[in-house]
Amino acid sequence: MKRIALFLTLAIASTVVLTSCHKDLDKLPPNTLAPDQVYKDEAGYKQVLAKVYGSMALTGNTGPAGSGDVAGIDEGTSDFLRLFWKAQELSTDEAIVAWNDPGIQDFHNMNWSSNNPMLIGLYGRSMYIITLCNEFLRESTADRVASRGITGTAATNIAAMRAEARFVRAFQYWVLMDLYANPGFATDADPIGKFNPKQTNRTELFAFIESELKAIDADLPAAKANAYGRADKAAAWALLSRLYLNANVYIKQDKYTDAITYAKKVIDASGYALLSDYRWLLLADNNVNNNEFIFTLNYDGVKTKNFGGTTFMVNASVGGDMDRNVSGLGGWGGIRATKNLPQQFPDVNGNTDKRAQFFTAHNLEINNISEFKDGYGVTKYRNRTRAGGFGSDPDKTFADVDFPVFRLAEMYLNYAEAVKRGGSGGTEAQAIIYINNLRQRAYGNATGNIGSYDLPFILNERARELYWEGLRRTDLVRFGQFTEATYLWPWKGGVKDGRAVEDFRKIYPIPAPEVAANPNLVQNPGY
Amino acid sequence: MLLRKLVQRMLSLVLCLSLLLPAAFSQTKIITGKITDAKDGSPVAGASVTPKGKTSGTSTDAAGDFKITVDNDVTVLVVTSVGYTRQEITITGSTANVVLAASSNNLNEVVVVGYGTQRKKDLTGAVTSVSSKDFVKGALQTPEQLIAGKVAGVQITSNSGAPGAGSRIRIRGGASLNASNDPLIVIDGVPVDNANVAGAVNPLNLINPNDIENFTILKDPSAAAIYGSRASNGVILITTKKGKKGKVKYNFSLQGFLQQPANKVDILSADQLSAVVKAKGTSTDVAKLGSVNTDWQDEIYKNALGQDVNLSASGAVLDGKLPFRISGGFLNQDGILRTDNFKRLTGAINLSPRFLKEKLKVDLNFKIAKTSNHFADGGAIGNAVSFDPTKPVRSTSNRYGGYWEWLDPDGLPTQLSNRNPVALLNFRDNNSDVTRMIGNIQFDYQLPFIKGLRANLNLGFDKQNGEGTAKMSDSAAAEYRRKGSNNFYKQGRENKLLDAYLNYAKDIKSINSRIDLMAGYGYQDFKYLDYFYADYRYNGVDVVPGSTPNFASSDAGYTLISYYGRLNYTLANKYVLTVNGRTDGSSRFAKNNRWGFFPSAALAWRVSEEDFLKNSKVVSDLKFRVGYGITGQQDIGPLYGYLTSYSLSNNQALYQFGNEYVNLLRPAAYDPDLRWETTKNLNVGIDFGFIDNRISGTIEAFNRKTEDLLSVVPIPALSNFSNQLFTNVGNIESKGIEFSLNTVPVQRRDLEWNLGFNITYVSPEITNLLVNQDPNFTGIAVGGISGGTGNTIQRHIVGQRPSSFYVYQQIYDANNKPIEGLYEDLNRDGIINEKDLRIFKNPEANVFVGINTSVTYKKFTGGFVMRGSFGNYNYNNFQSNTGVLRALINPLGFIANGSTNYLETGFSNNQYFSDYYVQNASFLRMDNISLGYDMGEVFKNARLRLSANVQNAFIITKYKGLDPELNGGIDNTIYPRPRTFVIGANLDF
Repeated sequence: MKRIALFLTLAIASTVVLTSCHKDLDKLPPNTLAPDQVYKDEAGYKQVLAKVYGSMALTGNTGPAGSGDVAGIDEGTSDFLRLFWKAQELSTDEAIVAWNDPGIQDFHNMNWSSNNPMLIGLYGRSMYIITLCNEFLRESTADRVASRGITGTAATNIAAMRAEARFVRAFQYWVLMDLYANPGFATDADPIGKFNPKQTNRTELFAFIESELKAIDADLPAAKANAYGRADKAAAWALLSRLYLNANVYIKQDKYTDAITYAKKVIDASGYALLSDYRWLLLADNNVNNNEFIFTLNYDGVKTKNFGGTTFMVNASVGGDMDRNVSGLGGWGGIRATKNLPQQFPDVNGNTDKRAQFFTAHNLEINNISEFKDGYGVTKYRNRTRAGGFGSDPDKTFADVDFPVFRLAEMYLNYAEAVKRGGSGGTEAQAIIYINNLRQRAYGNATGNIGSYDLPFILNERARELYWEGLRRTDLVRFGQFTEATYLWPWKGGVKDGRAVEDFRKIYPIPAPEVAANPNLVQNPGY
Repeated sequence: MLLRKLVQRMLSLVLCLSLLLPAAFSQTKIITGKITDAKDGSPVAGASVTPKGKTSGTSTDAAGDFKITVDNDVTVLVVTSVGYTRQEITITGSTANVVLAASSNNLNEVVVVGYGTQRKKDLTGAVTSVSSKDFVKGALQTPEQLIAGKVAGVQITSNSGAPGAGSRIRIRGGASLNASNDPLIVIDGVPVDNANVAGAVNPLNLINPNDIENFTILKDPSAAAIYGSRASNGVILITTKKGKKGKVKYNFSLQGFLQQPANKVDILSADQLSAVVKAKGTSTDVAKLGSVNTDWQDEIYKNALGQDVNLSASGAVLDGKLPFRISGGFLNQDGILRTDNFKRLTGAINLSPRFLKEKLKVDLNFKIAKTSNHFADGGAIGNAVSFDPTKPVRSTSNRYGGYWEWLDPDGLPTQLSNRNPVALLNFRDNNSDVTRMIGNIQFDYQLPFIKGLRANLNLGFDKQNGEGTAKMSDSAAAEYRRKGSNNFYKQGRENKLLDAYLNYAKDIKSINSRIDLMAGYGYQDFKYLDYFYADYRYNGVDVVPGSTPNFASSDAGYTLISYYGRLNYTLANKYVLTVNGRTDGSSRFAKNNRWGFFPSAALAWRVSEEDFLKNSKVVSDLKFRVGYGITGQQDIGPLYGYLTSYSLSNNQALYQFGNEYVNLLRPAAYDPDLRWETTKNLNVGIDFGFIDNRISGTIEAFNRKTEDLLSVVPIPALSNFSNQLFTNVGNIESKGIEFSLNTVPVQRRDLEWNLGFNITYVSPEITNLLVNQDPNFTGIAVGGISGGTGNTIQRHIVGQRPSSFYVYQQIYDANNKPIEGLYEDLNRDGIINEKDLRIFKNPEANVFVGINTSVTYKKFTGGFVMRGSFGNYNYNNFQSNTGVLRALINPLGFIANGSTNYLETGFSNNQYFSDYYVQNASFLRMDNISLGYDMGEVFKNARLRLSANVQNAFIITKYKGLDPELNGGIDNTIYPRPRTFVIGANLDF
């Protein structure tokens, strides 16, 4: 009996001891914060908002590389700008690339499929940014903020941050609408974790973007009133102007009047002016004394480092016989122009129109896409300062150049085009003034001024002014020259002299992995 | 006439003999002799010597000598000893020396299984045990190499030829896709960490192979399920050598070895390259050619020497009360890549005292190792095969250390060009020191109240610490722009273990049964300590801006808590039932998914114990086994994958808001429902032994299904904080057959020949990969290759083997030469794009074999081990990346060398996705040829044995690359596996 009692006691004692160890199974990751610790004050919200913006400029949370946001793609190529730029420029006459990165030559060949890694990556990147925006919005509702005991100025500031997150989301949905037309769709009203978002289309997205941008107008800081790099009212207007200018492509409706209205709102807002020298636009110190930029992606050679963004733009555009010192960084020997771009200018050396920034010692004709020296080099992006100094990175690898998502020149050209296309609220006379503002800066005098213009001129002027700034595909689609035989360029469609391709290639395919993962999605026609 | 005479004589002879018989019965004779081990000539003590047909005899003394008085008519003696094959000897005089061969399949042998031991004959699962006498011989720096090629179903592939490099171990191919496929390794009851610490190339190279007594491999669930959540990839139990009762014996062994590069990569000669550039390049390109002829591979490789010294003492002290073994070892090995060096100092101690009249057994094991590494710059290997051979090693300038380098017009090193390999070697200084301690103390107590009840407590730990400094001179072109580097690194890992179990074993004669019950509790805690430092320039003072870490260290880890039990029931010595159960709780999962239950059951029928076979002379052993079990996988990668958390960006990933730069807070993607991978495994097997087990072997067949496979899969955009998530999705199914055979074709007094063969067929297939099925889904891209940015060559696709190659079908011309850029339009849509890619071959072998043999003739022993692998293909990335004109005349403005394959294809641009580069990599490798000579007693009580080996003697393959044997199947020219010549001496005294 005693023995049994002893055993029982031992058994119970050991059970107590053993099960008490079970709490050791509750572990927390080191050096991280739980959501409640993050959103306890304004500073936490601001750091999450910094991620919202930063996810457009960087590839991940470790600069220059090491913990990428988007999986399934090389981290250095996974940033927003590099992918967006490729989809918007490599598919056009403005740029051609020598590399063999997976899927990159498809842009020239115009034979991309739903498995194209670049298109998968861009879709993933845009969606990732939107997911961050949605999470910020879920966590920043007035109720949530109040429940965390945040009041007063802090609460007001967080409300303004909300509007910024909604702007970023609207911008990214514009990207998806323009390139993919029918992506998945979710807002902060949807859950996070596991669910299948529904598919949307251009009609719904157009309405969503439009209403969002109008809804946040009140909460966004006035034009130029926000910190550099953060969105203000003018950023939302600029996006609306771009949206309306392309409305006929998106929703088969003309919205040129609205395009004029919002371009004008920016133009008329106080504080915006063209930078005095066109060749300063994409330099290392383009963030200083520059009133032309409306909304930027900010880079820094020391503090905001990655292998995409303007680091890609500067390095990749240098190679062959080009002097590395001119660009201030090394040379990756990748991107240059087809002959159509330099031929837009009266003089390829830029002696007349200073916007022509080419390295003309290379061959104008492209016989071999892989040969960097076939095709003029483009020296628009340079990590040098106006004073001739180098950028901040002592190793000369990473760029400081900020990328203008919207700048005043685009608003001038939007205005002029919308007027010509029949929009009201503006005049051709005013448009000519705006165009001549650009041309006087380009020529350094009035010799390049125009007295009248037509739509083809606008398309060409946009190429001269805005080349390599990520707008060309959208412009060509709007002008009916992207897939059509009416306009050809070297290697369009994979043949040297260029050829027309199928009409369905005006929009990109929904990535195959996304279609596979989300049963609500139907592939775009043709793919 | 003649015939009659003959018959008469024979009859008289028979008569005479029969008259003599009674006299013979009454007479005896004395036979003396010595029994020795066939392997090394050492005496076999305690062997029994019995006249044939009699039941009693004598046994040998410690020196192996015996003396027996037998009747004169006895002509044959039977010699038996545990662990040896029974032998009969015909008496031809008054002495009878017998050489005993170790038995190839000893049924009374006790095999270590998880949490205890089992008699081999009671085993119901797929368990293979390899003891030290069967280990691969030679200069082996890492334990797993001891059994390479020896065990069916186990593939051991060394990662490279670097000194101390580790191996990839796969048991039956592995059960997982993205989670670990490494088996659990348990050393003296302590499950050890498989992962490296910084500065160590291989966690197992911190264990001295000389201290290992036995490997037991648990391949199927009924054997492995006792390790529950860590058993899906099999379990390897390593038992180290222990002290034994008896006089203290010493062993001293010395090995010296020479490693030489076995093969060089086929690259263009300086003349060939010049010819190509002159024929195809522009005048600018031709002007870049140099005039010398440098063989860069010769410049970086050398013949490397190594020494391995080991000393051990074992026996019992304190009047035999304290058995012990103590050992020390020192290994010093250069790599064939110049500047590579690996040194290892090891010590091990074992104490096995017994108390309370042998009722309390204590085993204490402690092993410590310190390795010092000097790592050569591995980049030299790739640069040696791509650096322009027309260039000299040295330039005429003093810049960049006087080494010839490619420079930009501004005089700085060309950014994306290759670098002088000799400069890389000489400017890199990367030294590390790693220490590892593994210890445990085990108490085994025979409880006083109930006979057969034991309590066992095992307390163990495994602690590793690695640290080092990696420097690159600021003169080196490779890091000239960043002014060199000088970076300290440090990492630690620890795990602590407590295991307690009760074991009850009893023979119940009344029902002719034996039961063996075990129940226990386990607790193991793992810690990963990482330390972070700023990125320093070579001067050790300046820091790369923004590289100062946010946190100085990180202390992560996980805990496992387990309850387990096992029942072994044997009926009539013929029918054996094993039931295992284990419940594991892991901190890697959320509360509701935390605990998993892993049961298994197995049956064995020892047919040879049935009456109809029991006395068979032919069949000495025959056993049928069947087992089914469920095991788990918790080694899934993320430690906290079920939790959402925000992490801070580093100081080079800030975002500018006006005048301030803000650190980003990023939410991590997470799956709150993360749970175990479970593997259901059916195993059937037959063990057989014929003719006194001179022919023995095993046939096994298995079917393994892993469910809730953890994989990184695409998830619907917007649903989580990534486009891919590590989650439970998908199934993989693997079927296979293993066959192993051990034979002793010749067993004579002075000659014994052993021959072993094993063959394994495994065929895994992914059966599900997505939450939602989609026939158009082309799988998950894996297998990154060199060339371009982010290219991958393999896919996980449903219905295929994991990591199959995914390529275009090359079109060839009439001369069977591949036509550049021309592929089959498989979907006939008129466009060649990703939709025309298809699955073509796989890097893993369908069939792999091991052949080992040894011959002992008098004092000589010779043998070899061969391994073969069939049906495995490699993607020859070296050819696809460098065997094209674009690589030779690089558009970035430099000339580079490349594969001679260019001369065959003439491709001007890279055709990475052509199936032309997917090449048959089946091989048969002569891993090891060994020769031994037993000098015998060279002076009093001292035996000397000499040995010689050739490792990696030759390889038979059609594969054109450097070495067909690659982990992962993407050939980018690995650190070549050297051919090694070893001589050794082993002294017992």
